[in-house]
Amino acid sequence: MSKQKQKFLEVSTGEHFTTGNHAAAEGALAVGCKFFGGYPITPSSEIAEHMALRLPQLGGNFVQFEDEIASIIGILGASWGGVKSMTATSGPGYSLMVENIGLGMMTETPCVIINVQRGGPSTGLPTLVGQQDIMQTKWGAHGDFEPIVLCPNSVQECFELAIEAFNYAEKYRLPVTLLLDETLGHMSERLIIPDASKIGKVERKKPKDSPEEHLPYKPDDDLIPPMAVAGEGYRVMVTGLTHDERGYPDLNTKTQDKLVRRINDKIRLNKKDIIKVEEYMLDDAEFAIISFGSVARTAKGAVNRARKKGIKVGLLRLITIWPFPNERIEALAEQVKKIYVPEINYGQITREVERSVHGKTEVKGIFKLGGAIHNPQEILKEIEGDA
Amino acid sequence: MSRVEIRFAGFGGQGIGLMGRLVGEAVSLLEEGKNSVMTQSYGPESRGGASSTDVVIDEGEIDYPKATELDYFVVLSEEAYQKYIPKLKEGGILFVEEDLVTLDENAKKAKKIFKIPATKIAETLGSRLYANIAMLGYVCANTTDIFSEEAMLTIMKEKIKARFVEKNLIAFQKGMEYKSDS
Repeated sequence: MSKQKQKFLEVSTGEHFTTGNHAAAEGALAVGCKFFGGYPITPSSEIAEHMALRLPQLGGNFVQFEDEIASIIGILGASWGGVKSMTATSGPGYSLMVENIGLGMMTETPCVIINVQRGGPSTGLPTLVGQQDIMQTKWGAHGDFEPIVLCPNSVQECFELAIEAFNYAEKYRLPVTLLLDETLGHMSERLIIPDASKIGKVERKKPKDSPEEHLPYKPDDDLIPPMAVAGEGYRVMVTGLTHDERGYPDLNTKTQDKLVRRINDKIRLNKKDIIKVEEYMLDDAEFAIISFGSVARTAKGAVNRARKKGIKVGLLRLITIWPFPNERIEALAEQVKKIYVPEINYGQITREVERSVHGKTEVKGIFKLGGAIHNPQEILKEIEGDA
Repeated sequence: MSRVEIRFAGFGGQGIGLMGRLVGEAVSLLEEGKNSVMTQSYGPESRGGASSTDVVIDEGEIDYPKATELDYFVVLSEEAYQKYIPKLKEGGILFVEEDLVTLDENAKKAKKIFKIPATKIAETLGSRLYANIAMLGYVCANTTDIFSEEAMLTIMKEKIKARFVEKNLIAFQKGMEYKSDS
């Protein structure tokens, strides 16, 4: 196929040498994203740039909004208009978005937010790496909800998890965050995009009843309500207020309990489907590293180097950050003498790991506060000190 | 083959990023059984001033994507030389644009130093913009574990804008054929 024609396909099948940012954008397009609303911010801007080029070719729409607040509301609106929608940002922009990510949780609106992390707080290190938004993606917005957050560690996985993010968003009806970091967003490596027929696409459930009988927030047995969008003849009610099955505000403890319990439980009861980890050399491990994102690459390097020296170390790589794989970690705690958690922050996942192990083993965070990823030697040194 | 680290560096506008991209792409897509990762300097420094691009090549997975101890340092400006020469490993190999870089004590740790007037060669083709590709040709002719001539020519034809391809291929050839007096 000629290059010219290939540009206008949703799925850019073939071998590429490209960045994590472009791979994530291509993943979104491959799974059918047709709306991007955003405000450019380093180190995520290449995603917006790429979507601005590609979406019009595919009959989609790209809007550069006045800020991140409008961007997130824009993609919620696009989703209610019936298209798969997304935005991309970094820490400062995500901070502005959190209020309306909460709106997306309450209104059960499928969409995807890519956050390419840089060093913070505040404007911090615009061009340099961080992993400091872990807790923000969980606790950023007020109220109780269970977010889904995915964290790739290669250019290939940026593509694959962008697809997964949309699929979870559509399946469970919520905003899903794909958490990259600057290192991953900007590094180039091989990306293999499969044939279009190999891309697994999940679409939101549609109502089966008539518009007259339909209740927009009445869940099926799986706790997820089918979603009718504007223009299909069904009533579309969207409010951030506590609402009943009709979607009408109903401000009392009973409705609140039923609704909030359900939007949390639809995720909690499906943790098995959502939680993904990679286990590497854990079978006989006496020590373990728990890591995620670009740092998980160097953590694997540290495992390989330690193994050459006869130290039995393994790696548990978190692909899904939220919901947190606490049960797997608790089981690991019964096996190993110590768990190391290298991360580019001052102890975010480390704290969650400590909560998960229930004191059954020692947990040691290896922190870098932003600007560079760990090199394998830095992690190895810590383990060698204990082995 | 074990891990090989290469840094290309110069000043903004010399096409340093393109050098890394071409090499990374040639290796990743065309060299059987090899992986590569390319990273670029991305701060305010990439807008003017020293610019650098790293390519890491390995047969296995590339765990750490950044270069730390350079096996090869390919440098096209004095500022970049001063800034990055400490990263060249003991016994590493240095490629320099001889008219733009003044070597000092630090260069002694290099096992071998290859010098080329890449900019002058490019100017004979009508523009100094081809200096980066002339340098790539010179690197290709004098190394065996980075990329092959065949892979690079294929990638150049694919990735460089059609109207510049011919001159760049000549620049590459001139770099390949260049023999230093020293």
